[in-house]
Amino acid sequence: MSQLDSKIPEGPLKDKWTNYKNNINLVNPANKRNIDVIVIGTGLAGGSAAATLAELGYNVKAFCYQDSPRRAHSIAAQGGINAAKNYQGDGDSTHRLFYDTIKGGDYRSREANVYRLAEVSTNIIDQCVAQGVPFARDYGGLLDNRSFGGVLVSRTFYAKGQTGQQLLLGAYSAMNRQIAKGKIQMYNRHEMLDVVIVGGKARGIIARDLVTGEIERHSAHAVVIGSGGYGNVFFLSTNAMGSNVTAAWKAHKKGAHFANPCYTQIHPTCIPVHGTQQSKLTLMSESLRNDGRIWVPKKLEDADAVRKGTLKAIDIKEEDRDYYLERRYPSFGNLVPRDVASRAAKERCDAGYGVVANDTNEGVFLDFASAIQRYGKEEVLVKGISNASKEEVTSLGAKVIENKYGNLFDMYKQITDDNPYKTPMRIYPAVHYTMGGLWVDYNLMTNVEGMYAIGEANFSDHGANRLGASALMQGLADGYFVLPYTIGDYLANDIRTGKISTDSPEFAIAEKKAKDEIAHLINNNGTKTVDYFHKRLGLIMWNKVGMARTTEGLNEAISEIATLRDEFYKDVRVPGGADELNQELEKAGRVADFLELGELFARDALEREESCGGHFREEYKTEDGEALRRDDEFTHVSAWEYTGKPSDAVLHKENLEFENVELKTRSYK
Amino acid sequence: MALSGLFLLIFLLQHFVINFLSVISPDTFNEVSHFMGTNPFIQFLMQPVLMFGVILHLGMGIVIELQNRNARPIKYAFNNAKANSSWMSRNMIITGIMVMLFLGLHFYDFWVPEIKTKFIDGDMSGKLAGESGFRYFTELQHKFVDPARIGIYCLAFIFLALHLLHGFQSSFQSVGFKNRKFAPTIQLLGNIYAVMIPLGFIFIALFHFINSSH
Amino acid sequence: MSAAKTLNLTLKIWRQKNGNAKGSLETYPLNDISPDSSFLEMLDILNGGLIEKGESPVTFDHDCREGICGSCSLYINGEPHGPAKLVTTCQLHMRSFQDGETIYIEPFRAKAFPVIKDLMVDRSAFDRIQHAGGYISVNTSGNTQDANSIPINKENADEAFYSAACIGCGACVAACKNASASLFVAAKVSQYALLPQGQVEAKDRVLNMVKQAEKEGFGPCSNTGACEVECPKGISIENIARMNREFLSAAISK
Repeated sequence: MSQLDSKIPEGPLKDKWTNYKNNINLVNPANKRNIDVIVIGTGLAGGSAAATLAELGYNVKAFCYQDSPRRAHSIAAQGGINAAKNYQGDGDSTHRLFYDTIKGGDYRSREANVYRLAEVSTNIIDQCVAQGVPFARDYGGLLDNRSFGGVLVSRTFYAKGQTGQQLLLGAYSAMNRQIAKGKIQMYNRHEMLDVVIVGGKARGIIARDLVTGEIERHSAHAVVIGSGGYGNVFFLSTNAMGSNVTAAWKAHKKGAHFANPCYTQIHPTCIPVHGTQQSKLTLMSESLRNDGRIWVPKKLEDADAVRKGTLKAIDIKEEDRDYYLERRYPSFGNLVPRDVASRAAKERCDAGYGVVANDTNEGVFLDFASAIQRYGKEEVLVKGISNASKEEVTSLGAKVIENKYGNLFDMYKQITDDNPYKTPMRIYPAVHYTMGGLWVDYNLMTNVEGMYAIGEANFSDHGANRLGASALMQGLADGYFVLPYTIGDYLANDIRTGKISTDSPEFAIAEKKAKDEIAHLINNNGTKTVDYFHKRLGLIMWNKVGMARTTEGLNEAISEIATLRDEFYKDVRVPGGADELNQELEKAGRVADFLELGELFARDALEREESCGGHFREEYKTEDGEALRRDDEFTHVSAWEYTGKPSDAVLHKENLEFENVELKTRSYK
Repeated sequence: MALSGLFLLIFLLQHFVINFLSVISPDTFNEVSHFMGTNPFIQFLMQPVLMFGVILHLGMGIVIELQNRNARPIKYAFNNAKANSSWMSRNMIITGIMVMLFLGLHFYDFWVPEIKTKFIDGDMSGKLAGESGFRYFTELQHKFVDPARIGIYCLAFIFLALHLLHGFQSSFQSVGFKNRKFAPTIQLLGNIYAVMIPLGFIFIALFHFINSSH
Repeated sequence: MSAAKTLNLTLKIWRQKNGNAKGSLETYPLNDISPDSSFLEMLDILNGGLIEKGESPVTFDHDCREGICGSCSLYINGEPHGPAKLVTTCQLHMRSFQDGETIYIEPFRAKAFPVIKDLMVDRSAFDRIQHAGGYISVNTSGNTQDANSIPINKENADEAFYSAACIGCGACVAACKNASASLFVAAKVSQYALLPQGQVEAKDRVLNMVKQAEKEGFGPCSNTGACEVECPKGISIENIARMNREFLSAAISK
């Protein structure tokens, strides 16, 4: 076990980034033309990084597994993006955004990184508006803001419920400009299978052309990994079907430390699982909790009857409903942070009060009836209607709700065939985001020289829990405003290196290994599909490494995953060949990596003997069941070094120093 | 395509107005017809422009149809096109060609004899030998005696209506003169135009057929 | 959620080994499908069965499965993204179909969208149209002017958003009898035409993007309106009128 050097610059918190930028090495424009950078992934982080690096003059090679960079999963982000613009004059500031993010992350993130994130947040909004991103505006033509969970100001910029889409299309348009100029070479439908280390530095990758199956070597002076999170280790999540850990995991296996894998965000408001054939979960935006009240029946027999379909939610009397968030957290009520809301839902369902008839009764009600009545009465007053009937009030209220959340209600109806205006929505937590990822220093460089990790793929800014509307902020901050500076400092030493050859033995070995792994999968001739194993892995993860974790369960998970992995290699069947478009082969490679990550994930959860943010250990809770952090022993980042297999991974720690905020227990009561 | 279409829309309206005079007042019809037939501006500038417009419209129509076919070399095995678009909008080439075929007959009926009289025979008087009034109305009536011809004319006008039902609003869309505010008005005007003008022509044809047959 | 009855279906699916191979419609019976399954989950079940039988699974594009990435396509029973309106294939659920129904599943057909395999097509032509001008030329400097320095009236900002909501799925092309990309191009042209930031390059943008679309082999627009009806994001053909306007004025003044 060793201490890691995070390379945080000296000086006061608010001057660190400025001083750092003033003192780093730069690469002159003529030399940038001789330097190649590989970027893996084209979401908000990868896309913005690729575009900006190309603008600066580097030769960029960008890779994505989708058929176009525009389809990266950042596109699905709904709510918004935070920035400390203080346009509303409500007292927001860089420091306040910094503080909220540190606190929201349950004091498990690095101060200097978070402060820098808050500092550049305002630049992001300026940049995106200049690119033509159509943010929501008010009637005066200025940018509008909404507020999100866990904060006391309105700092979230948004574009209806499609903020991620609009920001990603902005980054994509910036990429297009550079692709047209030839400064970005775009490799669509390509998957990175390995990173190549030459002389201790990341110097290239091995990639598979997913259309032809060809294994290619690509060299560069630096490799940037922006491949997103690993939530799909749970099989069911709100991630895209193709979202995977492969690039990050292969980087890990080549020496990059993997930090805090157990920090996972389980989002409280998703549409529940309907059956065993389900392929993915759909998020209902956090904004719904502004108006929806969450409840389950007070009586077990009512819950049972609801599940059987003999009792309808609307027929349960007010006094027989348990608004458990309002009961447990009177001051924040339904707007407690995501981790708290999720755990509370699980607690009720485990106790038998769940309202969805699936294997584990997983579901609670999200009810808009009282909001509809409240808005309806307001409308009646505003419109000056006297003697309004109950129906009139309801229909006017429903109109208001429709204006606010219409698209979400439509989406819900499409999926469930239930009308949420008439009957409460049924929701349940689902895996949404992973705070853990590749360990990086202040420069966003992993411990492998020349290998960078940005966006959700790194671990740096969200600690143990991410606040709403902060993922988009971090992805774009890393790609537009942080990495382009920090990478220059490193590349300044590479101006005389010249083109990196792909003929070296390191490339040959990596290529052979990639080909061998593919050949093994193709020739395995087992009996079970890839999905069969992925679903089983997902169940182990969900039941034992999910919202509540115990020593016993985690130990079981570790051994079960190891066994499952052996079984996978013996019995998986991958149809088709290696030299053609083969979606099953793509999946098999990704699941193979999830099967290794899952074990490390559980080990990390086992090792962290405290509860913080998204990580909850049953053994460490207060008397009323709240998370119990153990700052004396666990105020550190756990960074794992790969030494041959997940069970042999070696733990390194980076102690987190808090000089500017005081560590407190989060309370939402 | 749209510009030539818009031009033809104007021409068609003008043609209709003049023809309709034949119903209201044969004398005025004769006057106007003579003017149109002998005025150098109309004859030597507008007539060639119109010819050019028609040929351009037809030519472009065919070119676009070929480009369109080329843009989807393999057709769908099962296509439910009626779920998203009207028959008229998808079959402009068919209705267009039918109208063009009719134009052949129409030229044979009126334009060819006109040109022969005026420019081959050199008779610019607009009168039949030994008569005092203009010949146009009489000639018009003579053409609308044969029931078969009336039938073909009426059928052609139905195709014209189908063509116009899509063509009118489509040409406004193509030149960009359409937005949320104007769209319903243009649609309404287009429907009125597409139904009323061909219906009017049919009325004129039947009117003369009935009047000349007793 | 109706869990009671399941569906028995006959699927007619286009199978084609690769871009150069000749393809054909193949028939697959599929039983016991829950009406609560999504259309793509139904195909997952079919594929699971095919793999277990040692047959080759059906290849199709999909990713986010929540209607926003634009990966999924499919021409289902004669319409792109199937019979339901304003949804993508991944949001289509089996309750839209009857027990005993025969469902035709074909790839999006266009010369500019060549088939890669089975139901998967190559839509990179859309990317190349965007390369031709689908951007505003602004470098990432960190000191562009403040986001609120140019107020934009709400109506234009909202309109720009509706145009920008395009997910680039290609349903407009698939539905159009001419395989025209007009709605796609128009949506991007409109987004920028409606914003002050887009004005500087407006003329070159519309000329270049339209030219590129022609070069890619998309057909000309004949205003059938099929694209608007089938667009899962409800993008209006008003955008095409706006593009035409922009194009004419650019062509005249340039």
